[in-house]
Amino acid sequence: MAIKQEEIEQLLKEGFPDADIQIQDLAGDDNHFSAKIISSAFKGKSRVQQHQMVYSSLKGKMGTDLHALALTTEEK
Amino acid sequence: MNINEKIQEKISKNDVVLFLKGTPDMPQCGFSMAVCNVLKHLEVPFDGINVLEDEELRNGIKTFSDWPTIPQLYVKGEFVGGCDIIKEMFEKSELQKLFEDKGISFKK
Repeated sequence: MAIKQEEIEQLLKEGFPDADIQIQDLAGDDNHFSAKIISSAFKGKSRVQQHQMVYSSLKGKMGTDLHALALTTEEK
Repeated sequence: MNINEKIQEKISKNDVVLFLKGTPDMPQCGFSMAVCNVLKHLEVPFDGINVLEDEELRNGIKTFSDWPTIPQLYVKGEFVGGCDIIKEMFEKSELQKLFEDKGISFKK
């Protein structure tokens, strides 16, 4: 089970068109990434809600194809 | 009792409940260990529930919380977050404030 960094980036860009997105492949194994997403869509949302929005943009891949994504979300 | 009722019972029974992979003494995953370490550092008593022992719970908790990963921390029956959120809250002293607001004792 693995996923390419470009694929994550693509899904995140579709989910958050206005966002500044930084992704890092932490282990070089297509399985452990970190992502920082800064978007106006997070305004007024709790941190749990913000992360839920990110997971939902990944269309069920989180926890399956994608084992680990260390997330940081910020309001733009 | 269905799985949602079982989870509800677990998070109602204790003030601080952590669903993790492994046990608090021997976490089986780095993310679970990280949250355990935060709670241990703050000396917060918590109930650690090993999802690896129960496949139904392992899947059920993800649906229950609408959260795709383990660990998951509940405080007074409310979902607080997973590993990233707990670490971030701890670093910004927001977790300590949450425990204080909820009347849960911890080491200051």
